[in-house]
Amino acid sequence: MMKHLVKGMIVSTVLATIAAGHALADDPVRGGTLITVLGSNPRTLNGAVQSGIVTGYPTAQLFASPLRYDEDWTPQPYLAESWDVSDDGLTVTLNLVKNAVFHDGQPVTSADIAFSVEVIKANHPFKTMFAPVETVETPDEHTAVLKLSRPHPALMLAMSGQLMSILPRHIYGDGPIEAVKTHPRNNENVVGSGPFKLVEFKNGEHVILERFDDFFIEGRPYLDKIVMRIIPDIAARTIAYENGELHMGAFESNPQMVNRLKKVDGLEVTPEGYGAIGPLDWLAMNTQRGPLKDVRVRKAIAYAVDKNFIQKALMQGTAADSRTGIHPDSPFYFREVEIYDVDLEKANSLLDEAGFPMQDGKRFDLTIDFGWPGVKPQVEYVRAALKKIGIAVEVRASADFPTWAKRMGEMDFDMSWDTVFNWGDPVIGVHRTYVSDNVGKGVWSNTQGYANSRVDEILALAAVESDAEKRKALYQEFQTIIADELPVYHTNTLPYHTIYSGKVGNPPLGIWGTSTPIDMTYLKD
Amino acid sequence: MRVLQSLLIRIFYAVVLLTAVLILNFSLMYLAPGDVADTISQSMGGADKEVLDQIRADYGLDQPFPVQLGRYVGRILHFDLGYSFFYNDPVTKLILERLPATLLLVFTAQILALVVGVVLGVISARQPNGIASHFVTMLALFGYSAPVFWTGILLLIVFSLKIPWFPVAGMQDVTIEGGFVVHALDVLRHLVLPAITLASIFLALYSRLARATMLETLGSDYVRTAKAKGLAERHVVYKHALKNALSPVVTLAGLQFSAVVSGAVLVEAVFSWPGLGTLAFQSIIARDTPTILGILFFSALVVIVGNLLTDLVLRMIDPRLRGRGA
Repeated sequence: MMKHLVKGMIVSTVLATIAAGHALADDPVRGGTLITVLGSNPRTLNGAVQSGIVTGYPTAQLFASPLRYDEDWTPQPYLAESWDVSDDGLTVTLNLVKNAVFHDGQPVTSADIAFSVEVIKANHPFKTMFAPVETVETPDEHTAVLKLSRPHPALMLAMSGQLMSILPRHIYGDGPIEAVKTHPRNNENVVGSGPFKLVEFKNGEHVILERFDDFFIEGRPYLDKIVMRIIPDIAARTIAYENGELHMGAFESNPQMVNRLKKVDGLEVTPEGYGAIGPLDWLAMNTQRGPLKDVRVRKAIAYAVDKNFIQKALMQGTAADSRTGIHPDSPFYFREVEIYDVDLEKANSLLDEAGFPMQDGKRFDLTIDFGWPGVKPQVEYVRAALKKIGIAVEVRASADFPTWAKRMGEMDFDMSWDTVFNWGDPVIGVHRTYVSDNVGKGVWSNTQGYANSRVDEILALAAVESDAEKRKALYQEFQTIIADELPVYHTNTLPYHTIYSGKVGNPPLGIWGTSTPIDMTYLKD
Repeated sequence: MRVLQSLLIRIFYAVVLLTAVLILNFSLMYLAPGDVADTISQSMGGADKEVLDQIRADYGLDQPFPVQLGRYVGRILHFDLGYSFFYNDPVTKLILERLPATLLLVFTAQILALVVGVVLGVISARQPNGIASHFVTMLALFGYSAPVFWTGILLLIVFSLKIPWFPVAGMQDVTIEGGFVVHALDVLRHLVLPAITLASIFLALYSRLARATMLETLGSDYVRTAKAKGLAERHVVYKHALKNALSPVVTLAGLQFSAVVSGAVLVEAVFSWPGLGTLAFQSIIARDTPTILGILFFSALVVIVGNLLTDLVLRMIDPRLRGRGA
């Protein structure tokens, strides 16, 4: 029981030492306004009622969460100065820091933790995060005890980054729990306990935050102000990075932009820091329709599609290889799975075996969908690649995202290009694609109709396994199976990059991108 | 009195037309597969089925079509444009926040295009085969045929990146401190490139028309008479000829007003100008029906007002129209 606590303390001491050493080398400077950018308009600034990367950045500055993570996936104290998981995994105790206050001066107490869990359970789209949490007990003002119905190791990541914003009950608790979703103070007069407080959110223009002087970590944040400009146009953002109008931006995935900005003096461009976001691109295959029911057909398709071409030519070298449903940066990633280097002979013989002989240069027809214009090259490439093995592919364009989402949600497709995020623990963002009780439940459910009782079993076990090594072994088996059965063919990571000017010290390059407090970021003189 | 009467009739037709357009568009939006719940789930990074169902129930999207349409029309009749599903805000508030930016851009671009277009037209009409005339023709051809988003990005690359005179995006620099004048100048600096971009298409139209009508007028009898009287060339061109040549240009400008408003959508998208165009663009992508219809309503209103203004201006420059009703 003490093990976790002690470990946490040692790690934080070591880190503090490292941080101190680092500080000697390059002292953070106080003050300054950091100009950053959002690629679209946030629907809400309250991360307790909505996830997503655009909400993630402001919400992680406005609201503090119980934990935060370092770049090695180790939990660090934040609002909780220490924590403890009971041996049976059913009780998680959070010991809160004593000096934390909200932006209106009221103290952060265990009652706010209990309230926030309730709000998140009722409103947040990721139901798996807190589903096993039955009650939150508050023995005293600074102790919150989460009682679980089953062990839930995913809870640790779910208590960090943008996933668990702690809301002040005295402000957001003035109506029914469900009404927090549309609370007027989600977009104006937002009150949290994070390092920055809201100055102004002007729809379509900007979000402006300023330093919260009573932030509970002494001496932080370093910045006086953060401006988040809303610039949806990629070309305009590229020029703004290049001419110095923006100091920093995250979640940039356009290969042309990334490669262009890499050549600009004074700009740093890095793919580091998105492990927990875990964005993956893949070729989805409907395992309940026509020839795709046969795993040999799915394998033949994998043998015919050249991942290397997608990564090097279409993504222009910006994207990394991915082989399973778990992001390569995750500690659970297992890369020694079956891979499918291009082999047209093998592909052809698999299709023959499956009973689809070549007749007049053609075996059968399939369709391929895509949901946004950026991935049209990928589906056009798949069409050309599969022609070589006698599969005639028709590209089906969708008028817009909802049209595509409806097709996917109702499994009205043969193949589709898709991008799905891990969102921290595999329980939150990975299981949904492969478990059989989530078939056809809207976009980004198990839209492939994949069902394997062993996979269901493994994932159910992994969800409650408290031992990290055993858990890793379970996910290893899971990844081996899905790489062999191919409900989706994993091709590459979505190449999110953080772009920052040389003036920015200590940019957020942990596991959550900018969906994490940037209280340690500063502007050099 | 007849003026007032014709105005009222026009407004009546506009209201009928607008209602029909709103109902038609509401129906079309309903018929399109998928809905705003899908885009909300997209902005959330995915959502469970029960969350999607909850969103649909919250916004009444699970109701049958006649009920949804009935509710919408009912609200419209009470001058209530409804609540934006995507932005969590009343549509009227969203639009009124964005309207000033669009009005500023549209009117600046329209006036810029008119003034510069007419000046260029007159210059080229005075020497139809001179170098200046050929230059104006080329400029017009270029402005008319180049897509606005392309012109916009080109201007950005030249005047924001290579020669950093103007900012890339937005309407103001929030880090600037100072009084009203400082802020006004800042907005003006942000306005230059978008206004030029939007004006470029219409400048082409107006300059060509001004050139043609000026050529015709300059060849007419009364101009020859004026010249024969010994009036100065300058006086003849600007006092006699231009006044008559101007009214077709102003008429065209009035007709083009709706085109300027719709052109603003693209220009705003390129320059992240925080106006109705950006909002329209994003609402369409998000399938946010109340917001889209609200913007449609307001754009129609802007066009109607623009047309009325055109009428007034025409009456000012052409006394013959003052007595007429229409």
